[in-house]
Amino acid sequence: MSKRFLSGNEAFAEGIRLAKPDVISAYPITPQTIVVERLSEMVEDGSLQSEFIHVESEHSALSCAIGASAAGARAFTATSSQGLLYMAECLYYASGGRFPIVMMNADRSTALPWNIYGDQRDSLSQLDSGWIQAYAENAQESLDLALMSYRIAEHPDVSTPFMVNLDGFVLTHTYETVEIPESEQAARFLPAYETENRVDFENPKNLAFSAGPDHNYIFKYKAHRGLLAAADVIAETEREFAEIFGRKYSGLIEQYRTEDADLILITLGSIAGLCRESADRMRMQGIRAGVIRIRYMRPFPNAEIAEALRNAKAFAVLEKDISFGNEGTVFTNVNSALQKAGLNIPGQNYIGGLGGRNISAGNIEAIFRGLVSGAPRVSFIGIGGDGSGE
Amino acid sequence: MKPYLREKTAFSFDEVPENTSFEAGYLVSVNSGWRSIRPVIDAAKCIGCEQCYLYCPDGVISVRDGKAEIDYDFCKGCGICAKICKIGAIRMEAERG
Repeated sequence: MSKRFLSGNEAFAEGIRLAKPDVISAYPITPQTIVVERLSEMVEDGSLQSEFIHVESEHSALSCAIGASAAGARAFTATSSQGLLYMAECLYYASGGRFPIVMMNADRSTALPWNIYGDQRDSLSQLDSGWIQAYAENAQESLDLALMSYRIAEHPDVSTPFMVNLDGFVLTHTYETVEIPESEQAARFLPAYETENRVDFENPKNLAFSAGPDHNYIFKYKAHRGLLAAADVIAETEREFAEIFGRKYSGLIEQYRTEDADLILITLGSIAGLCRESADRMRMQGIRAGVIRIRYMRPFPNAEIAEALRNAKAFAVLEKDISFGNEGTVFTNVNSALQKAGLNIPGQNYIGGLGGRNISAGNIEAIFRGLVSGAPRVSFIGIGGDGSGE
Repeated sequence: MKPYLREKTAFSFDEVPENTSFEAGYLVSVNSGWRSIRPVIDAAKCIGCEQCYLYCPDGVISVRDGKAEIDYDFCKGCGICAKICKIGAIRMEAERG
């Protein structure tokens, strides 16, 4: 185990080096570029034995990864923002074909107005594409997810592609000290990819075929079942990860001081650290505050969130997303989890960080105070309730 | 390899594969229902040159014993084979019914 000072992108690239994909196909886009640059350097210096394929677009990047996966190879790609949207068609081919590709997405704002900074509207718009979606908080978790993602995606019960999301710039470009596992440990943790779902000259197959109205729905159901099965596989994978590497993760959500909390702030990604600090400050003022960080948006942690909120008096969802005409998508998902659990807890939705706008500690404390006073249901930080400017 | 139809077309949940891969050539349903004209081969004229086999966009023509054959379960009736046949051994006939 060695320690290095790395950005989120670089840490992810180190994780991919340990996962040893056979094929990497990617097209550069800010703020993802550095993960691809580092991987190309590793291939160049021989420390990573991968076929690095330069493609002409994101649509081709994922198409190429699908082709590689259909040949039985372990495949990696990475993108961001408009690039993710450009490859959206292929996201569905990958998940419908049950190809366990791993992709890093640097969460970034979507045009227009054009903007390269971080928010989560790109990946959250693709929640229905049939991919596992994880959101990392820091560089170490990014590296660890790079390694864990293949094991989860390739598990025979899952066979589902995996998107790991890193907040653009705030996570992809900031530096932290990161522990890098030894390659022998990684090899022990992550076995070679074996599948029947591939081109095989000895045993010819139809691959990626069509299915009409009589059978199509069964394939969709099985893909859904595969994604649901990921929840148990994630837990099992994290247990083994902790045994080998010594770092523990907490499954689909991470909780902070929620056991006795009256007010719980739910968020995802790199802003969670500031939320935890704010919760500590609220507690110093006598307000029992807690934080839930959603680590996985798909499969969605319905039961986990409901259980964590069960005794709360109110909750807020802070997200870097807005589903125009409704509310933040994470808020919609959380409310559904509560409804299914028979819980009626007042909740508020704060939309922040769009286009990379800073979310301050003061903003987060105002969210906790809004839960006491009963602020509007949907608020844009910096504007106000329902975005009306009031 | 010619595609073939399984006689059984009703499948239980467990018989449907987990992913979109299955043995080659396997098809579950006739796929030619909208064909309005069909190619008919005059076996007496056919010299087995395989031009129609090469040009068929749906891969439904095979050559057996030196004569072309059409798989009407999958032929869409596009007429390319009739156009490409240099000796006029293929004509397009209207589908009835």
